[in-house]
Amino acid sequence: MKLSREEVLHIARLARVALTEEEITRFSEQLSNLLENFEVLQQVDTTDVPPTAQSVALQSIMREDEVSASLPPEDILANAPQREKDCFKVRAVLE
Amino acid sequence: MSMQVTIHEASALLREKKISSVELTREYLGRIEQVEPKVKAMVTVTGESALERAQKADETIAAGNGSPLTGIPIAIKDVICTRGVRTTCSAKMLENFVPPYDAAVMEKLNACGAVMVGKTNMDEFAMGSSTENSALFVTHNPWDLDRVPGGSSGGSAVAVAAGEAVCALGSDTGGSIRQPAGFCSVVGLKPTYGRVSRYGLVAFASSLDQIGPLTQDVTDCALMMNTIAGDDKRDSTSVPEPVPDYTKCLKADLKGMRLGVPKEYYVEGMQPEVAAAMKAAHKKLEELGAELEEMSLPHTPYALAVYYIIAPSEASANLARYDGVKYGYSYPGDSMWESMEKTRGNGFGPEVKRRIMLGTYALSAGYYDAWYVKAQRVRTLIRREFDAAFEKYDALITPTSPTVPFKIGEKTDDPLAMYLSDVCTLPINIAGVPGISVPAGFADGLPIGMQVIGKHFGEETIMRVAHAYEQATEWHKRRAEI
Repeated sequence: MKLSREEVLHIARLARVALTEEEITRFSEQLSNLLENFEVLQQVDTTDVPPTAQSVALQSIMREDEVSASLPPEDILANAPQREKDCFKVRAVLE
Repeated sequence: MSMQVTIHEASALLREKKISSVELTREYLGRIEQVEPKVKAMVTVTGESALERAQKADETIAAGNGSPLTGIPIAIKDVICTRGVRTTCSAKMLENFVPPYDAAVMEKLNACGAVMVGKTNMDEFAMGSSTENSALFVTHNPWDLDRVPGGSSGGSAVAVAAGEAVCALGSDTGGSIRQPAGFCSVVGLKPTYGRVSRYGLVAFASSLDQIGPLTQDVTDCALMMNTIAGDDKRDSTSVPEPVPDYTKCLKADLKGMRLGVPKEYYVEGMQPEVAAAMKAAHKKLEELGAELEEMSLPHTPYALAVYYIIAPSEASANLARYDGVKYGYSYPGDSMWESMEKTRGNGFGPEVKRRIMLGTYALSAGYYDAWYVKAQRVRTLIRREFDAAFEKYDALITPTSPTVPFKIGEKTDDPLAMYLSDVCTLPINIAGVPGISVPAGFADGLPIGMQVIGKHFGEETIMRVAHAYEQATEWHKRRAEI
């Protein structure tokens, strides 16, 4: 299992994380090494074994759709890096 | 040396009017001032609001009301949202984030009048085993300042061990409460998945995360669980099981109890001193009336790989929310994509980026079945193995960690070596069962922890085992000298 520079860049793009040159080299080595170790999983026979997504056997929990108070906009916007009036300000999505 | 009391001791003193909560809180704030330069456990100290809360707690107690936690100084891991108090996750990404709401556990603690004295340092976004991944600073083990306190709830474990708080809350995704509890010689419980509401806990790996207490003894652990356990409409994974009075299960003996000793937890890389301490602990448990038997959990060796596929996968999805728009660090780039990628590139530390990359890879097209779904299938086998074990045994006994606390810097360049320090605690989160770490000795003055594992919602049983062992030993009475 060896992750190439291209694969690392592809994953970084999927994750939307900018990496430095040094990080690309380091992650390529470290992730390859980790995945190599995790390959032991392929030795386990999991024929007819269903996947577990949640360890405590809870079925879908439903609740009444009740109207309740939301947090005040001012409290939410207080953490905004950039705001305009009562909106979060973002860069143009379509150019 | 200032006063260092347990919850039950402090609560008695408060009720007997031998001390007021304001006095108690001042003592602890003084202690924080005194030891914080050495241990660096706290990201934020909330002295002013603590004294206001203590004042209110005194009024509650004077009126004859309140609970055992009323007026008790407590430290909170900085991953739990506290309204109006900065909650950083020890991350540059959230360095200035002030939550507009309280986590469910904070609502409960505030309602019973607990006094928060500070928010504790941790590995960034709870990813790590030593608190060295904090983007803010490194925390030191009070038993040896050159060593790590464990992680990711290192700050909370140190706050309790160094007497900066009577008790603390942590979170545990793969050992993050139990491993630092073991490294700092305090008690730490990871409850059953769904036992405590995760509402307001900053998400790391949602199928594994649980909030739990770090305390000086098991009685305190039971008292905290009485307060924080229970289901919550806002966390659909919390389980509507009734909450017992956990203090009722604490008995002095273990007569008739069957305890399993899974041999896979006692091999590779285990330090001889830890093995010796565990051997002595087994003998002590037998003296208390328990029947011990060696048994096997054969899929244990796969737990590390299962965990480090599932946890990073969930983390990569959970951490997608940090885009620099709604809150947190934001890089002012020239375009939307540049802003987002640089926000995440600069805002996340190396371990967080490593796990986002790993998880994104395991979830990506072409690899999803081979890695993520495969790990989930092996997860089923691990879970079934625990289910079968608890048909036969009341609880399982293992070391909390294979070694004593390691030196600061010793494992920072080798992710796999760092991951291996959680090898005894990871399987418990994978299976969703509860586990408690209790002080079990020292090697050259460095703490050793014993882990007791129970079945789903078997907290009472494991607390009973941990309590009986604790009361028959002296380890929990030792204090770090700093």
